[in-house]
Amino acid sequence: MSTVGRIAVRQAGDIVRSRWVLAYVAFFVVATEGLLRFAGGDTRTLVSLANVMLFVTPLVTIVFGAVYLYNAREFTGLLLTQPISRSSVFAGLYLGLSATLIGAWLAGVGLPLVLRGMLMTPDTGRAVFVLLAAGVALTAVFSALATLIAVRVDDRLKGLGVAIAAWLGLALVYDGVVLIVVATFGDGPIEPVTLALMALNPVDLARVSILLQLDAAALLGYTGALFHRVFSGSGALLAAGALTIWIAAPLALASRAFRNKDF
Amino acid sequence: MIELAGVTKSYGALPVLRTIDASFRQSRVCAIVGPNAAGKTTLIKVILGLVRPDGGEVRIDGAPTDAAGTYRARIGYMPQTARYPDSLTGAELVAFLTELRGGIGHAPLDEELLDLLGVRSSLDKPFSTLSGGTRQKINAATAFLFRPDILILDEPTAGLDPLSSSLLKDKILAERERGRTVLVTSHVMSELETIADDVVCLLDGRVRFAGSLGALKQETRETTLERAIAHLMIREAAA
Repeated sequence: MSTVGRIAVRQAGDIVRSRWVLAYVAFFVVATEGLLRFAGGDTRTLVSLANVMLFVTPLVTIVFGAVYLYNAREFTGLLLTQPISRSSVFAGLYLGLSATLIGAWLAGVGLPLVLRGMLMTPDTGRAVFVLLAAGVALTAVFSALATLIAVRVDDRLKGLGVAIAAWLGLALVYDGVVLIVVATFGDGPIEPVTLALMALNPVDLARVSILLQLDAAALLGYTGALFHRVFSGSGALLAAGALTIWIAAPLALASRAFRNKDF
Repeated sequence: MIELAGVTKSYGALPVLRTIDASFRQSRVCAIVGPNAAGKTTLIKVILGLVRPDGGEVRIDGAPTDAAGTYRARIGYMPQTARYPDSLTGAELVAFLTELRGGIGHAPLDEELLDLLGVRSSLDKPFSTLSGGTRQKINAATAFLFRPDILILDEPTAGLDPLSSSLLKDKILAERERGRTVLVTSHVMSELETIADDVVCLLDGRVRFAGSLGALKQETRETTLERAIAHLMIREAAA
Protein backbone atom coordinates (compact mmCIF):
# COMPACT_ATOMS: atom_id res chain seq x y z
CA MET A 1 0.00 0.00 0.00
CA SER A 2 1.16 3.53 -0.68
CA THR A 3 1.95 5.97 2.10
CA VAL A 4 -1.16 7.98 1.25
CA GLY A 5 -3.31 4.85 1.51
CA ARG A 6 -1.78 3.88 4.86
CA ILE A 7 -2.46 7.30 6.35
CA ALA A 8 -6.01 7.36 4.91
CA VAL A 9 -6.81 3.91 6.31
CA ARG A 10 -5.40 4.87 9.72
CA GLN A 11 -7.45 8.09 9.78
CA ALA A 12 -10.57 6.27 8.61
CA GLY A 13 -10.16 3.69 11.38
CA ASP A 14 -9.77 6.49 13.89
CA ILE A 15 -12.93 8.25 12.64
CA VAL A 16 -15.00 5.05 12.79
CA ARG A 17 -13.81 4.35 16.31
CA SER A 18 -14.90 7.82 17.42
CA ARG A 19 -18.50 6.56 16.91
CA TRP A 20 -19.80 9.92 15.69
CA VAL A 21 -19.82 8.59 12.21
CA LEU A 22 -21.89 5.60 13.33
CA ALA A 23 -24.52 7.99 14.68
CA TYR A 24 -24.47 9.67 11.27
CA VAL A 25 -25.11 6.32 9.54
CA ALA A 26 -27.85 5.48 12.03
CA PHE A 27 -29.52 8.85 11.41
CA PHE A 28 -29.73 8.22 7.67
CA VAL A 29 -30.90 4.63 8.11
CA VAL A 30 -33.71 5.82 10.38
CA ALA A 31 -34.59 8.75 8.09
CA THR A 32 -34.60 6.60 4.96
CA GLU A 33 -36.52 3.71 6.51
CA GLY A 34 -38.99 6.09 8.13
CA LEU A 35 -39.68 7.96 4.91
CA LEU A 36 -39.98 4.74 2.93
CA ARG A 37 -42.48 3.30 5.42
CA PHE A 38 -44.61 6.40 5.86
CA ALA A 39 -44.51 7.90 2.40
CA GLY A 40 -44.23 4.71 0.37
CA GLY A 41 -41.48 3.92 -2.06
CA ASP A 42 -42.26 6.48 -4.74
CA THR A 43 -40.39 9.53 -5.89
CA ARG A 44 -41.96 11.72 -3.20
CA THR A 45 -39.90 9.78 -0.68
CA LEU A 46 -36.83 10.62 -2.68
CA VAL A 47 -37.71 14.33 -2.67
CA SER A 48 -38.00 14.30 1.13
CA LEU A 49 -34.80 12.33 1.41
CA ALA A 50 -33.04 14.75 -0.91
CA ASN A 51 -34.19 17.68 1.23
CA VAL A 52 -32.88 16.00 4.39
CA MET A 53 -29.59 15.21 2.68
CA LEU A 54 -29.10 18.70 1.23
CA PHE A 55 -29.50 20.13 4.72
CA VAL A 56 -27.69 17.57 6.89
CA THR A 57 -24.81 16.27 4.78
CA PRO A 58 -23.02 19.60 4.20
CA LEU A 59 -23.45 20.61 7.86
CA VAL A 60 -22.25 17.35 9.37
CA THR A 61 -19.40 17.01 6.88
CA ILE A 62 -17.98 20.49 7.34
CA VAL A 63 -18.35 20.61 11.14
CA PHE A 64 -17.28 17.03 11.83
CA GLY A 65 -14.47 17.34 9.28
CA ALA A 66 -13.09 20.53 10.83
CA VAL A 67 -13.33 19.16 14.40
CA TYR A 68 -11.69 15.94 13.33
CA LEU A 69 -8.81 17.68 11.56
CA TYR A 70 -8.23 20.02 14.50
CA ASN A 71 -8.07 17.03 16.84
CA ALA A 72 -5.67 15.27 14.50
CA ARG A 73 -3.37 18.29 14.32
CA GLU A 74 -0.75 17.03 16.75
CA PHE A 75 -0.77 13.58 15.25
CA THR A 76 -0.36 15.25 11.86
CA GLY A 77 2.74 16.93 13.27
CA LEU A 78 4.03 13.54 14.36
CA LEU A 79 3.44 12.11 10.87
CA LEU A 80 5.42 15.00 9.42
CA THR A 81 8.49 14.01 11.46
CA GLN A 82 8.54 10.70 9.58
CA PRO A 83 10.30 10.28 6.23
CA ILE A 84 7.24 11.12 4.17
CA SER A 85 6.34 14.19 2.16
CA ARG A 86 3.82 16.78 3.20
CA SER A 87 1.72 16.16 0.11
CA SER A 88 1.32 12.47 1.08
CA VAL A 89 0.21 13.42 4.57
CA PHE A 90 -2.22 15.98 3.16
CA ALA A 91 -3.72 13.56 0.64
CA GLY A 92 -3.99 10.86 3.30
CA LEU A 93 -5.83 13.18 5.68
CA TYR A 94 -8.33 14.32 3.05
CA LEU A 95 -8.94 10.86 1.62
CA GLY A 96 -9.36 9.31 5.08
CA LEU A 97 -11.93 11.93 6.04
CA SER A 98 -13.92 12.13 2.80
CA ALA A 99 -13.93 8.38 2.10
CA THR A 100 -15.23 7.57 5.57
CA LEU A 101 -18.05 10.12 5.37
CA ILE A 102 -18.92 9.01 1.84
CA GLY A 103 -19.03 5.41 3.07
CA ALA A 104 -21.29 6.49 5.92
CA TRP A 105 -23.65 8.26 3.51
CA LEU A 106 -23.81 5.30 1.14
CA ALA A 107 -24.36 2.87 4.01
CA GLY A 108 -27.05 4.99 5.68
CA VAL A 109 -29.11 5.91 2.62
CA GLY A 110 -27.87 3.62 -0.12
CA LEU A 111 -28.30 0.30 1.66
CA PRO A 112 -32.02 0.69 2.54
CA LEU A 113 -32.78 1.96 -0.98
CA VAL A 114 -30.76 -0.71 -2.73
CA LEU A 115 -32.11 -3.50 -0.53
CA ARG A 116 -35.62 -2.49 -1.59
CA GLY A 117 -34.53 -2.72 -5.18
CA MET A 118 -35.18 0.97 -5.83
CA LEU A 119 -31.92 1.38 -7.69
CA MET A 120 -33.01 -1.29 -10.16
CA THR A 121 -36.62 -0.14 -10.61
CA PRO A 122 -36.92 1.74 -13.94
CA ASP A 123 -38.96 4.69 -12.63
CA THR A 124 -36.84 5.36 -9.52
CA GLY A 125 -33.46 3.91 -10.48
CA ARG A 126 -32.09 7.00 -12.17
CA ALA A 127 -33.28 9.32 -9.40
CA VAL A 128 -31.81 7.07 -6.68
CA PHE A 129 -28.52 6.98 -8.52
CA VAL A 130 -28.41 10.77 -8.90
CA LEU A 131 -29.39 11.22 -5.23
CA LEU A 132 -26.57 8.93 -4.07
CA ALA A 133 -24.09 10.57 -6.45
CA ALA A 134 -25.12 14.06 -5.30
CA GLY A 135 -24.56 13.01 -1.66
CA VAL A 136 -21.12 11.66 -2.54
CA ALA A 137 -20.23 14.86 -4.39
CA LEU A 138 -21.46 17.14 -1.59
CA THR A 139 -19.53 15.12 1.00
CA ALA A 140 -16.38 15.46 -1.10
CA VAL A 141 -16.96 19.22 -1.53
CA PHE A 142 -17.62 19.93 2.14
CA SER A 143 -14.73 17.70 3.27
CA ALA A 144 -12.51 19.81 1.02
CA LEU A 145 -13.91 23.01 2.55
CA ALA A 146 -13.41 21.60 6.08
CA THR A 147 -9.81 20.74 5.17
CA LEU A 148 -9.20 24.24 3.82
CA ILE A 149 -10.61 25.81 7.00
CA ALA A 150 -8.67 23.54 9.36
CA VAL A 151 -5.40 24.25 7.52
CA ARG A 152 -5.88 27.99 7.14
CA VAL A 153 -7.48 28.94 10.47
CA ASP A 154 -5.22 28.04 13.39
CA ASP A 155 -7.67 28.84 16.16
CA ARG A 156 -10.09 25.93 16.34
CA LEU A 157 -12.99 27.91 17.78
CA LYS A 158 -12.67 30.48 15.03
CA GLY A 159 -12.34 27.63 12.54
CA LEU A 160 -15.60 26.10 13.72
CA GLY A 161 -17.26 29.48 13.38
CA VAL A 162 -15.99 29.80 9.82
CA ALA A 163 -17.20 26.25 9.06
CA ILE A 164 -20.70 26.97 10.30
CA ALA A 165 -20.74 30.33 8.51
CA ALA A 166 -19.67 28.63 5.26
CA TRP A 167 -22.47 26.11 5.64
CA LEU A 168 -25.05 28.79 6.47
CA GLY A 169 -23.91 30.81 3.50
CA LEU A 170 -24.05 28.00 0.97
CA ALA A 171 -27.06 26.08 2.30
CA LEU A 172 -29.36 28.92 3.38
CA VAL A 173 -28.26 32.51 2.82
CA TYR A 174 -27.29 31.96 -0.81
CA ASP A 175 -30.78 30.81 -1.77
CA GLY A 176 -32.24 33.84 -0.05
CA VAL A 177 -30.00 36.08 -2.15
CA VAL A 178 -31.00 34.23 -5.31
CA LEU A 179 -34.66 34.71 -4.39
CA ILE A 180 -34.13 38.43 -3.85
CA VAL A 181 -32.39 38.70 -7.22
CA VAL A 182 -35.24 36.81 -8.90
CA ALA A 183 -37.90 38.91 -7.14
CA THR A 184 -36.15 42.18 -7.97
CA PHE A 185 -35.39 41.50 -11.60
CA GLY A 186 -38.27 39.10 -12.19
CA ASP A 187 -39.60 41.11 -15.11
CA GLY A 188 -36.58 40.68 -17.33
CA PRO A 189 -35.07 37.51 -18.83
CA ILE A 190 -33.83 36.24 -15.47
CA GLU A 191 -33.36 32.53 -16.17
CA PRO A 192 -29.80 32.63 -17.51
CA VAL A 193 -28.76 34.62 -14.43
CA THR A 194 -30.50 32.20 -12.02
CA LEU A 195 -28.92 29.32 -13.85
CA ALA A 196 -25.48 30.87 -13.48
CA LEU A 197 -26.10 31.64 -9.80
CA MET A 198 -27.18 28.06 -9.13
CA ALA A 199 -24.13 26.67 -10.88
CA LEU A 200 -21.92 28.67 -8.51
CA ASN A 201 -23.30 26.93 -5.42
CA PRO A 202 -22.58 23.21 -4.87
CA VAL A 203 -25.73 22.69 -2.77
CA ASP A 204 -27.93 24.19 -5.50
CA LEU A 205 -26.16 22.15 -8.15
CA ALA A 206 -26.91 18.99 -6.19
CA ARG A 207 -30.51 20.04 -5.57
CA VAL A 208 -31.23 20.86 -9.20
CA SER A 209 -29.53 17.67 -10.40
CA ILE A 210 -31.77 15.57 -8.15
CA LEU A 211 -35.03 17.47 -8.73
CA LEU A 212 -34.67 17.21 -12.48
CA GLN A 213 -34.76 13.42 -12.19
CA LEU A 214 -38.13 13.59 -10.47
CA ASP A 215 -41.66 14.49 -11.41
CA ALA A 216 -41.26 17.46 -9.13
CA ALA A 217 -39.29 19.14 -11.93
CA ALA A 218 -42.61 19.98 -13.53
CA LEU A 219 -43.33 22.22 -10.53
CA LEU A 220 -40.39 24.40 -11.44
CA GLY A 221 -42.32 25.78 -14.41
CA TYR A 222 -40.46 27.65 -17.13
CA THR A 223 -37.23 27.73 -15.12
CA GLY A 224 -37.57 23.99 -14.62
CA ALA A 225 -38.00 23.52 -18.33
CA LEU A 226 -34.91 25.62 -18.99
CA PHE A 227 -32.92 23.69 -16.40
CA HIS A 228 -34.21 20.50 -17.88
CA ARG A 229 -32.93 21.51 -21.28
CA VAL A 230 -29.56 22.62 -19.94
CA PHE A 231 -29.06 19.87 -17.38
CA SER A 232 -30.16 16.89 -19.42
CA GLY A 233 -27.43 15.72 -21.74
CA SER A 234 -24.40 17.98 -21.63
CA GLY A 235 -25.87 19.76 -18.59
CA ALA A 236 -25.25 16.74 -16.38
CA LEU A 237 -21.63 16.82 -17.42
CA LEU A 238 -21.58 20.53 -16.68
CA ALA A 239 -22.97 19.96 -13.18
CA ALA A 240 -20.41 17.21 -12.58
CA GLY A 241 -17.69 19.53 -13.85
CA ALA A 242 -18.77 22.38 -11.60
CA LEU A 243 -18.88 20.06 -8.56
CA THR A 244 -15.41 18.77 -9.43
CA ILE A 245 -14.14 22.36 -9.42
CA TRP A 246 -15.83 22.78 -6.03
CA ILE A 247 -13.73 19.86 -4.76
CA ALA A 248 -10.49 20.70 -6.54
CA ALA A 249 -10.29 24.44 -5.86
CA PRO A 250 -10.53 24.32 -2.03
CA LEU A 251 -8.20 21.31 -2.01
CA ALA A 252 -5.62 23.11 -4.13
CA LEU A 253 -5.71 26.13 -1.80
CA ALA A 254 -5.56 23.90 1.29
CA SER A 255 -2.71 21.85 -0.12
CA ARG A 256 -0.65 24.95 -0.84
CA ALA A 257 -1.26 26.29 2.66
CA PHE A 258 -0.42 22.88 4.15
CA ARG A 259 2.91 22.76 2.30
CA ASN A 260 4.00 26.09 3.78
CA LYS A 261 2.50 25.68 7.22
CA ASP A 262 4.50 25.60 10.45
CA PHE A 263 3.65 22.79 12.84
CA MET B 1 26.83 16.21 10.92
CA ILE B 2 23.95 18.68 10.85
CA GLU B 3 24.62 22.22 9.70
CA LEU B 4 22.38 25.23 9.84
CA ALA B 5 23.45 28.05 7.53
CA GLY B 6 21.89 31.49 7.94
CA VAL B 7 18.55 30.14 9.15
CA THR B 8 15.99 32.87 9.88
CA LYS B 9 12.39 32.59 10.97
CA SER B 10 9.72 35.03 12.11
CA TYR B 11 6.19 34.30 13.20
CA GLY B 12 4.39 37.24 11.68
CA ALA B 13 6.25 40.33 12.86
CA LEU B 14 7.98 38.44 15.69
CA PRO B 15 11.50 37.29 14.82
CA VAL B 16 12.24 33.95 16.49
CA LEU B 17 15.48 32.94 14.81
CA ARG B 18 17.80 35.70 13.54
CA THR B 19 20.43 34.23 11.26
CA ILE B 20 21.38 31.02 12.99
CA ASP B 21 24.62 29.31 11.99
CA ALA B 22 25.36 26.15 13.93
CA SER B 23 26.64 22.65 13.43
CA PHE B 24 26.12 19.46 15.37
CA ARG B 25 28.75 16.76 15.17
CA GLN B 26 28.60 13.00 15.19
CA SER B 27 29.20 11.08 18.42
CA ARG B 28 28.42 14.17 20.44
CA VAL B 29 25.50 15.15 22.62
CA CYS B 30 24.72 18.80 22.07
CA ALA B 31 22.55 20.68 24.54
CA ILE B 32 20.47 23.47 23.06
CA VAL B 33 19.83 25.87 25.90
CA GLY B 34 18.41 29.32 26.41
CA PRO B 35 15.61 31.10 28.24
CA ASN B 36 11.96 30.53 27.43
CA ALA B 37 11.00 31.70 23.95
CA ALA B 38 14.64 31.82 22.86
CA GLY B 39 13.81 29.72 19.80
CA LYS B 40 14.99 26.26 20.92
CA THR B 41 11.94 24.33 19.82
CA THR B 42 11.69 26.35 16.61
CA LEU B 43 15.31 25.49 15.84
CA ILE B 44 14.60 21.80 16.30
CA LYS B 45 11.47 22.03 14.19
CA VAL B 46 13.40 23.71 11.39
CA ILE B 47 15.80 20.73 11.31
CA LEU B 48 12.82 18.36 11.22
CA GLY B 49 11.09 20.33 8.49
CA LEU B 50 8.06 21.01 10.69
CA VAL B 51 8.74 24.73 10.53
CA ARG B 52 9.61 26.32 7.19
CA PRO B 53 12.49 28.79 7.64
CA ASP B 54 12.20 32.19 5.97
CA GLY B 55 15.81 31.97 4.87
CA GLY B 56 18.92 29.82 5.07
CA GLU B 57 19.20 26.07 4.82
CA VAL B 58 19.75 22.91 6.80
CA ARG B 59 22.35 20.44 5.54
CA ILE B 60 22.84 16.90 6.72
CA ASP B 61 26.27 15.50 5.86
CA GLY B 62 26.62 18.33 3.38
CA ALA B 63 23.36 17.65 1.51
CA PRO B 64 20.51 20.16 1.80
CA THR B 65 17.34 18.64 3.26
CA ASP B 66 14.83 17.62 0.61
CA ALA B 67 11.14 18.51 0.44
CA ALA B 68 10.15 14.85 0.14
CA GLY B 69 11.53 14.35 3.64
CA THR B 70 13.52 11.18 2.94
CA TYR B 71 16.28 12.53 5.19
CA ARG B 72 13.92 12.11 8.14
CA ALA B 73 14.47 8.35 7.89
CA ARG B 74 17.73 9.13 9.69
CA ILE B 75 16.10 11.11 12.50
CA GLY B 76 14.45 9.91 15.68
CA TYR B 77 12.42 12.68 17.31
CA MET B 78 10.94 12.92 20.75
CA PRO B 79 8.57 15.91 21.02
CA GLN B 80 8.07 17.78 24.29
CA THR B 81 4.65 16.25 24.72
CA ALA B 82 3.21 13.84 22.22
CA ARG B 83 -0.54 13.74 21.75
CA TYR B 84 -1.79 10.64 20.02
CA PRO B 85 -5.32 9.86 18.82
CA ASP B 86 -7.27 8.65 21.85
CA SER B 87 -8.22 5.30 20.42
CA LEU B 88 -4.69 4.48 19.22
CA THR B 89 -2.65 1.94 21.18
CA GLY B 90 1.13 1.95 21.54
CA ALA B 91 1.41 -1.29 19.57
CA GLU B 92 -0.62 0.22 16.72
CA LEU B 93 1.56 3.32 16.80
CA VAL B 94 4.72 1.22 16.51
CA ALA B 95 3.20 -0.88 13.70
CA PHE B 96 2.02 2.24 11.86
CA LEU B 97 5.36 4.05 12.12
CA THR B 98 7.12 0.88 10.98
CA GLU B 99 4.86 0.70 7.92
CA LEU B 100 5.43 4.37 7.13
CA ARG B 101 9.17 3.79 7.29
CA GLY B 102 8.89 1.10 4.67
CA GLY B 103 8.30 -1.93 6.85
CA ILE B 104 10.65 -4.00 8.91
CA GLY B 105 13.43 -5.39 6.83
CA HIS B 106 16.79 -3.75 7.19
CA ALA B 107 17.42 -3.60 10.93
CA PRO B 108 15.37 -5.06 13.76
CA LEU B 109 13.68 -2.45 15.90
CA ASP B 110 15.47 -1.15 18.98
CA GLU B 111 12.90 -1.97 21.62
CA GLU B 112 15.29 -1.72 24.55
CA LEU B 113 13.61 1.34 26.06
CA LEU B 114 10.16 -0.26 25.96
CA ASP B 115 11.50 -2.92 28.33
CA LEU B 116 13.77 -0.68 30.41
CA LEU B 117 11.00 1.83 31.06
CA GLY B 118 8.52 -0.98 31.68
CA VAL B 119 5.90 0.12 29.19
CA ARG B 120 5.62 -3.04 27.12
CA SER B 121 2.52 -4.13 29.05
CA SER B 122 0.86 -0.76 28.33
CA LEU B 123 1.29 -1.09 24.58
CA ASP B 124 -2.06 -2.76 24.01
CA LYS B 125 -4.02 -0.07 25.83
CA PRO B 126 -5.43 3.02 24.08
CA PHE B 127 -3.45 6.20 24.75
CA SER B 128 -6.50 7.86 26.29
CA THR B 129 -6.32 5.41 29.22
CA LEU B 130 -2.59 5.89 29.84
CA SER B 131 -1.07 8.33 32.32
CA GLY B 132 0.97 11.27 31.07
CA GLY B 133 4.15 9.61 32.32
CA THR B 134 3.46 6.35 30.49
CA ARG B 135 2.69 8.23 27.30
CA GLN B 136 5.94 10.12 27.67
CA LYS B 137 7.86 6.84 28.10
CA ILE B 138 6.34 5.41 24.92
CA ASN B 139 7.11 8.72 23.25
CA ALA B 140 10.76 8.34 24.33
CA ALA B 141 10.97 4.72 23.20
CA THR B 142 9.60 5.47 19.72
CA ALA B 143 12.38 8.03 19.11
CA PHE B 144 14.98 5.26 19.40
CA LEU B 145 12.94 2.54 17.69
CA PHE B 146 14.37 2.78 14.19
CA ARG B 147 18.04 3.08 15.23
CA PRO B 148 18.35 6.60 13.75
CA ASP B 149 21.77 8.28 13.21
CA ILE B 150 20.34 11.50 14.58
CA LEU B 151 18.35 11.84 17.79
CA ILE B 152 16.43 15.01 18.51
CA LEU B 153 14.99 15.10 22.00
CA ASP B 154 12.90 18.06 23.15
CA GLU B 155 12.70 18.17 26.95
CA PRO B 156 13.06 14.39 27.10
CA THR B 157 12.88 13.97 30.85
CA ALA B 158 9.95 16.31 31.51
CA GLY B 159 7.27 14.28 33.25
CA LEU B 160 9.47 11.24 33.84
CA ASP B 161 10.22 9.80 37.27
CA PRO B 162 13.87 9.86 38.43
CA LEU B 163 14.49 6.21 37.57
CA SER B 164 13.07 6.48 34.05
CA SER B 165 14.85 9.73 33.48
CA SER B 166 18.23 8.26 34.49
CA LEU B 167 17.62 5.17 32.31
CA LEU B 168 16.83 7.46 29.41
CA LYS B 169 20.03 9.42 30.00
CA ASP B 170 22.04 6.17 30.02
CA LYS B 171 20.41 5.25 26.74
CA ILE B 172 21.33 8.64 25.25
CA LEU B 173 24.97 8.17 26.26
CA ALA B 174 25.01 4.61 24.90
CA GLU B 175 23.70 5.89 21.57
CA ARG B 176 26.40 8.55 21.51
CA GLU B 177 28.98 5.77 21.82
CA ARG B 178 27.40 4.17 18.74
CA GLY B 179 28.24 7.34 16.80
CA ARG B 180 24.86 9.04 16.83
CA THR B 181 24.40 12.77 16.69
CA VAL B 182 22.24 13.80 19.63
CA LEU B 183 20.46 17.15 20.16
CA VAL B 184 18.79 17.74 23.50
CA THR B 185 16.90 20.65 24.96
CA SER B 186 15.97 20.93 28.60
CA HIS B 187 15.16 23.47 31.25
CA VAL B 188 17.08 21.48 33.82
CA MET B 189 20.69 22.57 33.37
CA SER B 190 22.09 20.18 35.96
CA GLU B 191 20.64 17.34 33.97
CA LEU B 192 22.12 18.50 30.68
CA GLU B 193 25.46 18.93 32.39
CA THR B 194 25.68 15.18 32.98
CA ILE B 195 25.15 14.22 29.32
CA ALA B 196 26.17 17.16 27.13
CA ASP B 197 29.50 17.40 25.30
CA ASP B 198 28.66 20.60 23.48
CA VAL B 199 26.42 23.56 24.18
CA VAL B 200 24.58 25.86 21.83
CA CYS B 201 23.11 28.76 23.76
CA LEU B 202 20.34 30.73 22.12
CA LEU B 203 19.46 34.18 23.40
CA ASP B 204 16.74 36.15 21.71
CA GLY B 205 16.94 34.16 18.49
CA ARG B 206 20.73 34.36 18.13
CA VAL B 207 23.50 31.89 18.89
CA ARG B 208 25.24 33.45 21.90
CA PHE B 209 27.62 30.58 22.44
CA ALA B 210 28.51 27.43 20.53
CA GLY B 211 31.27 25.10 21.64
CA SER B 212 32.19 22.45 24.15
CA LEU B 213 30.85 22.49 27.68
CA GLY B 214 34.43 22.96 28.97
CA ALA B 215 35.00 25.95 26.72
CA LEU B 216 31.77 27.54 27.94
CA LYS B 217 32.77 27.19 31.58
CA GLN B 218 36.20 28.56 30.80
CA GLU B 219 34.83 31.54 28.91
CA THR B 220 32.38 32.47 31.63
CA ARG B 221 34.65 31.39 34.50
CA GLU B 222 31.77 29.47 36.06
CA THR B 223 31.78 25.94 37.39
CA THR B 224 28.31 24.76 36.42
CA LEU B 225 26.31 24.94 33.20
CA GLU B 226 23.46 26.67 34.97
CA ARG B 227 25.68 29.49 36.22
CA ALA B 228 27.49 29.74 32.91
CA ILE B 229 24.19 30.22 31.04
CA ALA B 230 22.99 32.69 33.67
CA HIS B 231 26.28 34.55 33.18
CA LEU B 232 25.65 34.75 29.40
CA MET B 233 22.12 35.99 30.00
CA ILE B 234 23.21 38.69 32.41
CA ARG B 235 25.97 39.77 30.04
CA GLU B 236 23.43 39.92 27.21
CA ALA B 237 21.00 41.98 29.29
CA ALA B 238 23.76 44.42 30.21
CA ALA B 239 24.86 44.86 26.61
